[in-house]
Amino acid sequence: MSKIAQGQAGLTRRALLATGVAALAAPMLSRRANAAPVELTMLAWYGHAEPDIVAEFEAENNVKFVPKYYTGGDNMLGLISQSPAGTYDVILSDAEYVQALNEAGYVEELDPNDYAISDYFPEFQQFPGNWSDGKLFSLVTRFGFLGVAYNTDALTEADASTYNVYWEENLKGKVGHFDWHLPNLGQISLLNGNSNPYDIDDAGWQGVQDKTMSLRPQIGGFFDYGGTFSSLNDGQMLAFAGIGDWITGVLEKNGAKVRSVVPEEGGLQWSECFSIGKGSQKAELAKKWIQYITSAKGQAKSAQMAAYPALIPNQKGWEVLQAENPAEAKRQGMTKDAGNVIDMIRAGRIKYRQWPVQQGLEDWNDFWSEYKGA
Amino acid sequence: MRRSLTLYGLTFSLPLLIWQLLFFVFPLVFLVALSFWTVKNFRMQADLDTVNWATMYGRSVFWQAYGTTLAMASAASVLVSILAFPCSYAIAFKLSETARRWAIFLMVIPFFTSYLVRVYSWQIFLSDAGIINVMLGWIGLGPFGLLNTVGATIVGYLTLTYPLVVLLQLFSLVFIDRTLIEAAHNLRCGRLRTVFAVIIPSARVGLVIAALFAFILSFGDFVSPIYLGGGDPTTLSILITDTTKSGQQWPRAAVIALTMIATLLFVAFVAVRFAYKGRSK
Repeated sequence: MSKIAQGQAGLTRRALLATGVAALAAPMLSRRANAAPVELTMLAWYGHAEPDIVAEFEAENNVKFVPKYYTGGDNMLGLISQSPAGTYDVILSDAEYVQALNEAGYVEELDPNDYAISDYFPEFQQFPGNWSDGKLFSLVTRFGFLGVAYNTDALTEADASTYNVYWEENLKGKVGHFDWHLPNLGQISLLNGNSNPYDIDDAGWQGVQDKTMSLRPQIGGFFDYGGTFSSLNDGQMLAFAGIGDWITGVLEKNGAKVRSVVPEEGGLQWSECFSIGKGSQKAELAKKWIQYITSAKGQAKSAQMAAYPALIPNQKGWEVLQAENPAEAKRQGMTKDAGNVIDMIRAGRIKYRQWPVQQGLEDWNDFWSEYKGA
Repeated sequence: MRRSLTLYGLTFSLPLLIWQLLFFVFPLVFLVALSFWTVKNFRMQADLDTVNWATMYGRSVFWQAYGTTLAMASAASVLVSILAFPCSYAIAFKLSETARRWAIFLMVIPFFTSYLVRVYSWQIFLSDAGIINVMLGWIGLGPFGLLNTVGATIVGYLTLTYPLVVLLQLFSLVFIDRTLIEAAHNLRCGRLRTVFAVIIPSARVGLVIAALFAFILSFGDFVSPIYLGGGDPTTLSILITDTTKSGQQWPRAAVIALTMIATLLFVAFVAVRFAYKGRSK
């Protein structure tokens, strides 16, 4: 100790103290110079506030996203209803829940002139649920198709091009369900030839229930998000109902032998929309975020989200994606080629996933529980 | 013989009382109240309606799930008690003092890892292309469908309860009066008969309590039925998530939860009565 003191003979106690104080104060000073980032809360599915999506926006606007991730629309509604107004600045919601958000008064009205809606494909400019009495409450930001997910070692694309593949003898015990009634029963409804799979009368609904029950012996399990991933990844399930590229796309990118196809009976579409939470103190910044993520640049990012890929409604976003990552644009079908995803929508092959129109959501849910217990 | 309340006594008993009130009694009362609420358009409303009880108890799927869960949890607690007994017996009577300490330490180690992780790792063993099937393949057997079966769920329950059951059994076995065993041997009682006629009756309290814990843990477990059983058949824990997932039916989930709590209380009461039956105070 004394040797060190001798070695630093030139250093007085006062100088040492001054240096110490300066060193301690440095972070404070630099923080002052660089104002602390504004925190923006986001209620969303996992992945939407991860660095691959938000880092650029955060840096440009000195913002820090504080995400609250949910699993499923009911979970989301529960979280909002249990929190005081203004808890969430930005809310991402599946399209079928947007209406419920509006009705409950959980979201602010948006000004359509603030957003590049004219860059959207016409089909998405007046997206159902986004508008209510001519007023805009949320904006669709990405979407995807649900069809037959299959193991490419076990099935060919031609095999998987019909929902009837679920009943194949060699898939007994190898068909999995994503454990949510809406996409699964919607698929069976499409198979039964209902042109509007969710708007079916009592006879149609009975038909869907009977057909679904006949599938029960084939089913190897009912899986949540994580279980769906692992059972497809390790080949435990060879075909999967109720999902699409949002799951198989991630697995495929990581080398798993799985794909999704929209079968001949048609596919379902899920859609995610952004809104500004009612009572948000940072509505201006929230608006800026929605502008960013619905702009061409933000849309291209969104299409390639690490958590789960998706299709995007902004035409200019397609162009950016084609330039940035032509392989992914091609894989997802967002190219200028004929038969791209917009052509599929225009050909009437895709129906929106929505709540049942003529039955209660409860009826569908109760049947699903019975089906699982059968 | 009533003792007057003293500050000293209160200092030690009050925190426990407050803790119990805050984290057990109040939530339970709330759960009971919640089961009478109603849900309209995804929003819960305070109410006094028996509709949730009538709906849940009127559905065959509820009773199916109830029967399944009861049967699986009972099977798991019987199985784990039988499998754990030789292990705890060996640790209690056959090992040296040092080896016993090591064995107890080894039994505690599983608690260091998350149960979810342990269950996920079972998937690697049980899947069609998993370790067990690959090894069976070497001798020309299989592949057998092991994952997403009731058997796999039971394996998960054993993973959850085995170490705890061994420890609980062990603590009652080590405190058995050794002179009783010596007396049995002196009276020409064989080894096996000693186990059944002397050791098991002497350790009955611990063995029953261990089985009870196995039952309680298995009965409410969600992880094994979903990740090893593939969500099929539906257990009560899965039914709770199903009920909340669609339409915000928390009041109905409360009905299921209360039924589970009542069942566990009943089973615990019966088990404890059986365990202490005929014991002198």
